[in-house]
Amino acid sequence: MFGRLSLDALPHDLITIGGAVTMLGGALLVVAALTFFKRWKWLFKEWLTSLDPKKIGVMYLIVAAIMLLRGVGDALLMRTQQALASDASGILTSDHFQQIFSAHGTIMIFFVAMGVIFGLFNLIVPLQIGSRDVAFPFLNSVSFWLFVVGFGLVNLSLMVGEFSAAGWLAYPPLSELQYSPGVGVDYWIWSLQIAGVGSLLSGINFFVTILKMRAPGMTLMKMPIFIWSVLGSVVLIMFAFPILTATLGMLSLDRLIGAHFFTTDAGGNAMMYINLIWAWGHPEVYILILPAFGIFSEVVATFSRKRLFGYTSMVWAIAAITFLSFTVWLHHFFTMGAGANVNAFFGIMTMVIAIPTGVKVFNWLFTMYRGRVKFATPMLWFMGFIVTFTLGGLAGVLMSVPAIDFQVHNSLFLVAHFHTMIIGGVLFGAFAGFTYWFPKFTGFKLNERIGRYAFWSWLTGFLLAFVPLYILGFMGATRRLDHYDASMGWQGLFAVAGVGVLFIGLGVALQLLQIGYSVWKRNENRVQGDPWDGRTLEWAVSSPPPEYNFAVIPEVTERDAFWAMKQSKVKQESFKGTLMVPKNSLLGLVIAVFAFMIGFGIVWHMFWMAGIGLVGVIVCVIIRISADETERALVVDTLAEAEGSK
Amino acid sequence: MRRITKIILALIAFLGIGGILFFLLQGTDIAVLNPKGEIADKQLQLLIIATSLGMIVVLPVFVMLFVVAWKYREGNTKARYTPDWQNNRVLEGLWWGIPFVIIAILGVIAWQSSHDLDPYKSLDSSKKPVKIQVVALQWRWLFLYPDEKIASMSEVRFPVDTPVDFEITADAPMNSFWIPKLGGQVYAMTGMSTQLHLLASEKGDYHGSSANISGEGFAGMKFMAKVVSDDDFSRWKNDARGAKEELNATTYAQIAQSSKDTSPRIYTLTQADLYDTIVMKYMDMGSH
Repeated sequence: MFGRLSLDALPHDLITIGGAVTMLGGALLVVAALTFFKRWKWLFKEWLTSLDPKKIGVMYLIVAAIMLLRGVGDALLMRTQQALASDASGILTSDHFQQIFSAHGTIMIFFVAMGVIFGLFNLIVPLQIGSRDVAFPFLNSVSFWLFVVGFGLVNLSLMVGEFSAAGWLAYPPLSELQYSPGVGVDYWIWSLQIAGVGSLLSGINFFVTILKMRAPGMTLMKMPIFIWSVLGSVVLIMFAFPILTATLGMLSLDRLIGAHFFTTDAGGNAMMYINLIWAWGHPEVYILILPAFGIFSEVVATFSRKRLFGYTSMVWAIAAITFLSFTVWLHHFFTMGAGANVNAFFGIMTMVIAIPTGVKVFNWLFTMYRGRVKFATPMLWFMGFIVTFTLGGLAGVLMSVPAIDFQVHNSLFLVAHFHTMIIGGVLFGAFAGFTYWFPKFTGFKLNERIGRYAFWSWLTGFLLAFVPLYILGFMGATRRLDHYDASMGWQGLFAVAGVGVLFIGLGVALQLLQIGYSVWKRNENRVQGDPWDGRTLEWAVSSPPPEYNFAVIPEVTERDAFWAMKQSKVKQESFKGTLMVPKNSLLGLVIAVFAFMIGFGIVWHMFWMAGIGLVGVIVCVIIRISADETERALVVDTLAEAEGSK
Repeated sequence: MRRITKIILALIAFLGIGGILFFLLQGTDIAVLNPKGEIADKQLQLLIIATSLGMIVVLPVFVMLFVVAWKYREGNTKARYTPDWQNNRVLEGLWWGIPFVIIAILGVIAWQSSHDLDPYKSLDSSKKPVKIQVVALQWRWLFLYPDEKIASMSEVRFPVDTPVDFEITADAPMNSFWIPKLGGQVYAMTGMSTQLHLLASEKGDYHGSSANISGEGFAGMKFMAKVVSDDDFSRWKNDARGAKEELNATTYAQIAQSSKDTSPRIYTLTQADLYDTIVMKYMDMGSH
């Protein structure tokens, strides 16, 4: 009945219990607050069943923020362990340490970075292309709820069972039953499998949205550059995520029914897994970074009060990066012994990506050139991004030379490199975008002063945490070490890196404070539709935007459509009539419950539960596709609303 | 706070960080930057060349970023402002072109060095290479010297200025065999035999480790590469041949059990094809 599940699955050691209690306590606190303030109905009607991409976007960001807290907490535990474990055992066992870094990587990539970019896609894409909604509003809700299932499984592993200890990409044969018999790898597989399907569906949704739902007159070459970057990103999602699904599926078959795709024996081939996972994994990096590039392009143009320099170059650079990102996966394992010709080919392809990336940097600089640059916090994040990203990019180019890579592969130099790209690129981009677009969805600005403090904490923390790692890598320190010999002389640098994590933690705390303080003082920072003197269509509507985004779909005549409207003093038309918006639907959430049963059932070998889950999902989909009335009419009178707000 | 105070504070902070790092690094040995072998030497040279080439782009970006940000700040109304200026073919040609040229140069370097420093390539030397077969176990390293009929655990010894031909496999999850002072790493995988050719140019004890996670005891999977004179190496070989412990298929099965004991040991190797049997163990298609 309960498969592998028994009372032994509950946590035993203090740190895990602490983590579990913190999570449970947090959840209980939320439940208590909702009950006390009688907000359950509100939560259900306004959020959980909503198909409005603006609401879904906010929920993505909340999940990502929770996961960021856990990810930073994991980082702090790891660096504490490493700062102490010079000739000592530190505070964690090897197995626990390995679970923590596996969880850290998984969480940060799949649930923080992906959550943040999907959140921003949902919030910004429809508004920026002058659309009332995404192409498939219900599918969008399903995507989000599948993402939440992944989030749930990862966090549940903290309380029931264990997480994978095989690294964030779980290379076999280590991740096979032979070496990892527990439920950890299964939790890893099924949280990613379910969240990954959600990502794929989202990718398709936004691809169709961008291609089919743009405002009249917005030709491809008149799209805001952020939309181009999202288009590149979702094309990559559509091509890359099926590879992930298939690879995880094969690994799961190995573990469940004794297949031999990647086992050591009976013709299994672990090298095939490593190829496949990186054929997804490298494009994944660009799935994350392209939207960040897009955000920075919007931010730089707006805060320089100038058109983006070299729009056409930017578009071609995005297209080139999109294409090239599928031709470089082998650079993650030059050390496998593929031979000089193969290694050299993939090394050179990797370097070639530096060209379009460099072009983008110069275009941003020339957007500032002869502009009027206002250094609001989004611009600070941009400046920090250029400094860190350029250095990280240099480290990347070094590692693209196979002969150099042999000396730094899997060392802390590599760890420092990709953190430079993901933190300095993706996260700084997300923070710039968050600050920039925050007033659009709330109607008030974030506090600038606390924002600046948060930025400086992050930047200082980042340098303290990762400059030592570059050096440690050169000293021969490999990644994922839970202890080392004191004679290596690494302890001081690990301690500095740990202090860096504390500064990053302070940055996160300041960001939370910034949001809290800004909400508290919201009446002092109220804004109208267009607080930054924006250039693109999202600024043409009120802040926060109405559910239907645009009562009258704008006509686009050139790039920077809203800027052009302001220049030519076009008045917005008023509208009186009815608009159709999607009805709320509970089915997304119900599908998630069934999908959770599939994942949890397979992890613990309760196959009856997985079976019910599978049937449930199918039934829900049938119910939805045979539903007749999925939209409701909304009576809109923009003139009256404008009067009302005066 | 006035702007100038902030800049001074920031400078002090960064100098402070730099000072701490400098202090921590005093007397430590940065292996990759202080190589003791032919391959690691060449890899370091490449690292320096590639960094210098990269700097041709990185430095102008840094200078431009701060100069442009300062000059075109909002408060400086004297600076020229051209809100609609949005492209310039010459300039854009320049920054598609210059990185292209740099990458072309680096690409040629990458191609040549991939072949020159191919870990599978034998090294030129007047001396006969030493053949060492490496087996990654759970969680320690076993070294077989098939020509000398000896074997050692967690310590590998070879003479200075002599090419060493490593053949590498695993009887465990994937590991990566790395001696940073002597040259780059290569994966150790079950059912596969990879190669690595190194040449140490100075005597000494060099740290080696596994660079790829292979389970619970992975962090302790260290070994020492002892580079000695020809005479010392001969003496050690003689000692090893007299070692009491024998290594053959039976005794191997015992030491291949998972263990975190990495104290060095020596064995006489009585089964010459032991390495091949370890590789082939995983190649039998039918076994379960």
